[in-house]
Amino acid sequence: MIRKTLVAAAVAAVALSGTAHARDQIRIVGSSTVYPFATAVAEQFGKTSGFKTPVVESTGSGGGLKLFCAGADENSPDITNASRRIEPSEVAACAANGVKDITEVVIGYDGIVAANSVHGPKFKLTKAQLFKAAAKTVPVDGKLVANPYTKWSDIDPSLPKEDILLYIPAPNHGTRDAWNELVMDPACDAFPEVKALDKAAKKAVCNTLREDGAEVDVSENYTVTLQKMISQPAAVGVTTFSYLDQNGDKIQAATVDGEVPTYDNIASGKYPVSRPLFFYVKKSHVGVIPGIKEYIAEFTSDKAWGKTGYLAEKGLITLPDDKRKSEAANAKNLGNLKL
Amino acid sequence: MTEAVEQLRASVIAGKVGARLQRRYAAEKRFRVYGVAAIAIALSFLAVLLVSIIAQGYSAFVQTEVRLTLDLDPAVIDPDGKRDHATLSSADYATVIRNALLARFPDADDRVGRRELSHMMSQGAELEVRKLVLADPSVIGSRREMWLPVAAPVDQLIKGNMERAPDKGGQFKERELARIDALKADGSLQTRFNRWLFTEGDSRQPELAGLWGAVVGSFYSLLVTLALSFPLGVATAVYLEEFASRSRWTDVIEVNINNLAAVPSIVFGLLGLEIFLNLFELPRSSPLVGGLVLTLVSLPTIIIAARVALKAVPPWIREAALGLGASRLQMVAHHVLPLAMPGILTGTIIGMARAVGESAPLLMIGMVAFIVDVPATPMDPATALPVQVYLWAASPERAFIERTSAAIIVLLCFLAVMNATAIYLRKRFERRW
Repeated sequence: MIRKTLVAAAVAAVALSGTAHARDQIRIVGSSTVYPFATAVAEQFGKTSGFKTPVVESTGSGGGLKLFCAGADENSPDITNASRRIEPSEVAACAANGVKDITEVVIGYDGIVAANSVHGPKFKLTKAQLFKAAAKTVPVDGKLVANPYTKWSDIDPSLPKEDILLYIPAPNHGTRDAWNELVMDPACDAFPEVKALDKAAKKAVCNTLREDGAEVDVSENYTVTLQKMISQPAAVGVTTFSYLDQNGDKIQAATVDGEVPTYDNIASGKYPVSRPLFFYVKKSHVGVIPGIKEYIAEFTSDKAWGKTGYLAEKGLITLPDDKRKSEAANAKNLGNLKL
Repeated sequence: MTEAVEQLRASVIAGKVGARLQRRYAAEKRFRVYGVAAIAIALSFLAVLLVSIIAQGYSAFVQTEVRLTLDLDPAVIDPDGKRDHATLSSADYATVIRNALLARFPDADDRVGRRELSHMMSQGAELEVRKLVLADPSVIGSRREMWLPVAAPVDQLIKGNMERAPDKGGQFKERELARIDALKADGSLQTRFNRWLFTEGDSRQPELAGLWGAVVGSFYSLLVTLALSFPLGVATAVYLEEFASRSRWTDVIEVNINNLAAVPSIVFGLLGLEIFLNLFELPRSSPLVGGLVLTLVSLPTIIIAARVALKAVPPWIREAALGLGASRLQMVAHHVLPLAMPGILTGTIIGMARAVGESAPLLMIGMVAFIVDVPATPMDPATALPVQVYLWAASPERAFIERTSAAIIVLLCFLAVMNATAIYLRKRFERRW
């Protein structure tokens, strides 16, 4: 039966595919963190440029780069968004599939925040405390032991006497990589017990989260994290600044190392947990798929990514003026990626 | 005599038989209570689901609009007086709208104030004015009263979905709140029917986001699904039921069809990705591919329903037809199939209803994407209704919360209509033998 179905479907498909035409619409894939910004630009571009509105898929940074690097033909996406930088292994995979010339554009910053319900206690945390709350093994009295902390006050008496319950994005999110890099690694490396370890052991200690139920990986989108925070006021969720910005009456952000995650603090680099956001352009598609140059121009125009542009309103932390200028110039000339 | 019977009865009831009878009655009573309890629990879950969705979503069917008297000043819209399409379509309508607001609130005429006023209005307001001017350029130079959509935060404030106080997370300053209150007090700020929801494609501006693109996408997918799965399904069922002799092969096929009906739909999505996208290179995200994948999802359901309907046609109809000299094909085409058709149609509609509610297989073939343009053909990129629910649920803007529920309501209405049609067809045409 299935064969019959497939044959019939294939016949229909082949009959219809004869009418397929060259793609006249930009295709964008990639990070769910950049998705709100890329879609806003895509919509504005579609409304004002006369080109078709680009199709934007939210596939995660890694998934997006995989699709992007799968080939140079028209069926592969033209642009991929990423909440982390492309890795040398991915550049190699791209090159192996004929995607040799890539332009990298840094679009701004994103703050990663630890937040909880406004009806819960206020948290003032340090990176070390966040590490102690989340890690599977922690250093206690010179030894690495299974995480013994069940209440925040066990870590530091000044913290609320509430059970530790953390919701952290699962490893499929680019946010998790940034969380490891910006919070877990620096806090963990500072302990003398960890300093003695070799690189692999260090990584295992620093980036393995506890599995006793006090930390829950969220592989879905941030709406799920938001709902968990609202329903459990003492639960701390890790999310991105744009969610905090849009839901300020429901959740409050914890301070990290004494800094509040506000727009200005993230932009100035005072708030310690922030990372750059990127998009990557396949140069061989420019001039083949109509509108790519114009889309890049829209994204890098001041009315979009400028200090008072519409992306800032969506929660993007904009680049400093001189950096914005150099990035825009590089994007316009389609400069090649330099790792 | 009767006395003897009475005595016997009394003794029986008092005796062993009576006790057993009592137990059996009690057991039956308990069983009924379990049944009623099960139904009550199921209904209460349904009620909770419906009430929560409707309570959250009904407000998305209206949108706050503001009444403004626009001065369609030629000096702003078309300073060169050319009146050509290019000038008029890219004219500065934002300034026209801001001037109307400034006329209402002269105290806001500074840099910050002007920005606050611009933030009150949706981008859709400019598009509305543009539409008016493009349709009839002679309105330039006149004054016009128009109802224009406000920005989503103002809308959410009016609907009571957002706190007023800035220290509790409200997004407005004291004087902005005063302006909104002033407009509301004189009736210039009203909630009106949200027409964007039913005429527009997706948007990042919640107040402009619509379901129409998703509805059209779902429609095209279903069209492809119906065109493929109905003839294939019916032909398969007729052949297996009326022509094929029972052999080990038909048994194998039957088992496989039943298994396919239970396969998780994401598997069909993966199949679609490999075959339709990678092998045949059909356009990604298109309803054509979506329809092909949904065909695979709904086909087993349709085949099984059609076979049951064919089985329900009594054998003497066939025997009578053959006895009068009809060929097997005539017997099937003229008698059995028409009599089985109501059941087959019911099964098809239920299969289609399953297909319209699927989102998992569409994920694999790129239909879960931000797509603004309403698809014109089944080859254009499109989403589908359940996908739109998923995408809106994942959006950070809070105005999408109510729109998510509204999209669910629309999807449920679709399903209810399809299932009601199935029930109607069954009731109307079903024949009992």
